Amino acid sequence: MLEVRDLTATFNREGTPSQVVNRIAFDIAPGEAVGFVGESGSGKSVTARAVMRLAPEGSSIAWGGRILFKGQDLLALDERQMRDVRGRRIAMVFQDPMASLNPVMTVGQQIDDMLMRHMGLSQGAARKRTIELLAQVGIRDPEIRADDYPHQFSGGMRQRVLIAIAVSCQPDLLIADEPTTALDVTVQAQILRLLMRLRKEIGMALMLITHDFGVIAGMVERVYVMHRGDIVESGQVDALFADPKHDYTKALLAAVPRIETARRSA
Amino acid sequence: MTAPLLRVRDLSVTFPARRGRPPVKAVDRVSFDILPGRTVGLVGESGSGKTTTGRAILQLQAITGGSVSLLGKDLTKMSSSDVRAMRRHMQFVLQNPYSSLHPRMKVADILAEPLKVHRSVPAERIPERVAELMTLVNMDPASVRRYPHEFSGGQRQRIVIARALAVNPDFVVCDEPVSALDVRTQSQIVDLLHDLQDKLKLSYLFIAHDLAIVRAVAHQVAVMYGGRIVEFGDADDVYENPSHPYTRNLLEAVPIPDPARQRAKLAASVVDPQFRGRDGETGPCVFGHDHADGTSEWHEVGPGHAVSCRFWPPGVTP
Ligand SMILES: Nc1ncnc2c1ncn2[C@@H]1O[C@H](COP(=O)(O)OP(=O)(O)OP(=O)(O)O)[C@@H](O)[C@H]1O
Ligand SMILES: Nc1ncnc2c1ncn2[C@@H]1O[C@H](COP(=O)(O)OP(=O)(O)O)[C@@H](O)[C@H]1O
Ligand SMILES: [Mg+2]
Ligand SMILES: [Mg+2]
Repeated sequence: MLEVRDLTATFNREGTPSQVVNRIAFDIAPGEAVGFVGESGSGKSVTARAVMRLAPEGSSIAWGGRILFKGQDLLALDERQMRDVRGRRIAMVFQDPMASLNPVMTVGQQIDDMLMRHMGLSQGAARKRTIELLAQVGIRDPEIRADDYPHQFSGGMRQRVLIAIAVSCQPDLLIADEPTTALDVTVQAQILRLLMRLRKEIGMALMLITHDFGVIAGMVERVYVMHRGDIVESGQVDALFADPKHDYTKALLAAVPRIETARRSA
Repeated sequence: MTAPLLRVRDLSVTFPARRGRPPVKAVDRVSFDILPGRTVGLVGESGSGKTTTGRAILQLQAITGGSVSLLGKDLTKMSSSDVRAMRRHMQFVLQNPYSSLHPRMKVADILAEPLKVHRSVPAERIPERVAELMTLVNMDPASVRRYPHEFSGGQRQRIVIARALAVNPDFVVCDEPVSALDVRTQSQIVDLLHDLQDKLKLSYLFIAHDLAIVRAVAHQVAVMYGGRIVEFGDADDVYENPSHPYTRNLLEAVPIPDPARQRAKLAASVVDPQFRGRDGETGPCVFGHDHADGTSEWHEVGPGHAVSCRFWPPGVTP
């Protein structure tokens, strides 16, 4: 379904180009869940944004290569055609929830909007669905909380609103960039189960970026490991955990914090 | 016994009612101490009031009740100019190393700013102090002429920490300081926080969701649910003998970095326990104690390890 070839991403900083993704290639089959792990700053978020063709706020970026989605090269579409793909067929949960929510609209309105625009629901039907979605992502008292503005939500609650917006239109592909880092582990488990259920029910594919190896372990079939703009290793999740080949992957797995480990000194 | 550096008593923050909806008790009678040179880890449900607690302690959020004393002085009774003077003793390190540094400021200026605001060193000594701070967080002092985006996420978080330490604080609230970083960088930052604590005798309130990281940094752990602390104790006791049902729930939900086991865990069906408060209820609590006499909700389960009788699901007993 998604076939990425020779993808490059180059920022233009005050006239000096700086390439942060170096001709990478990866695939995601329909309904498949694929994980991306790697160093902070290795290009995971930039890669994810490339698939949505969204430049980070206030930056100028150039993409190269091909991003084939169901045979169509997304990098060749015009902005209007791309808008139809975004949200409806490919949805994304961004790493920074505050930056992707509208501060002057209630969270309920923002989900309603999405449902009315892409799913053709009436105002009333949209609100009903919005409340259901908020409940599914574990927001208590969703009828009341829907009328809150983003700044009235905690960090983790905002992150869950983004997830609700992203899954509201039942996309073919969900790109989730660190979707549960701001959540406690019980709410996290609830969100992970929700994503699993959507995969089963609507055949949604998942591109999951996370540095939590516990999350990766349970959620995906295959993993890509990124380091300084390159994919340095890829493979089936079980094989990669059991027998990592690249030195960087080995170093990462060795650094996974263990809950049994007590504090260093007294 | 050492006097606590920070003493928090019955701290409460309520966000007011609006348009027919009830007020939100974000923080509800929270009490704990932090000793000099020690770390208290604060964990709990998303939305349970951790960030609000941290902000209220630092007087960045108006409180509706209780008191906060730092170095023996009650911050809640001070004039705002006295609170400003106390700011050099208490600092905040936030989660996002990307958005918490001004993109158009060079690192040298980022680190100089708090020094100027608090007039901590004479103007001519600022470059020297900036270099000292870079060395303190294991970065090359020569790189201060660069902009934040030229650094990796881990390096940026070091700069954020250096900025917090610029004024020589005694107490730092770290709100999810490593959650945006890869595991290798996380462990480097955790090591740095340890070293700085040893060197500078810092106290930390460390808020995080990663329970393994919290165990690695905290001497004591407070578990929060619904605006209240429900369990408090030495880290090892809380992790090895979790006594509140919410704490147990939390520890059981920690994902395991083993594909077969973690898949099985996610596939298992779960029942969502109903953690209900006891506000307004009468009769004996789960420990068989009637609190109508106004006695504390806290019940000792071991030395320095206590659990609240609030938020026990129906039918669950100690
Ligand atoms: N400015 C505000 N106005 C109204 N309600 C608020 C405001 N700030 C926080 N709240 C509410 O207070 C409660 C606690 O929020 P807080 O940010 O302290 O949670 P948290 O424990 O840090 O959560 P997370 O782990 O998700 O960051 C939540 O119900 C939140 O919606
Ligand atoms: N808005 C931006 N402007 C300039 N450079 C950026 C911007 N966002 C990211 N970068 C750079 O691109 C590289 C990849 O970043 P990113 O994709 O965010 O990494 P991560 O793998 O942690 O998600 C890094 O070197 C980062 O500094
Ligand atoms: Mg990222
Ligand atoms: Mg918070």
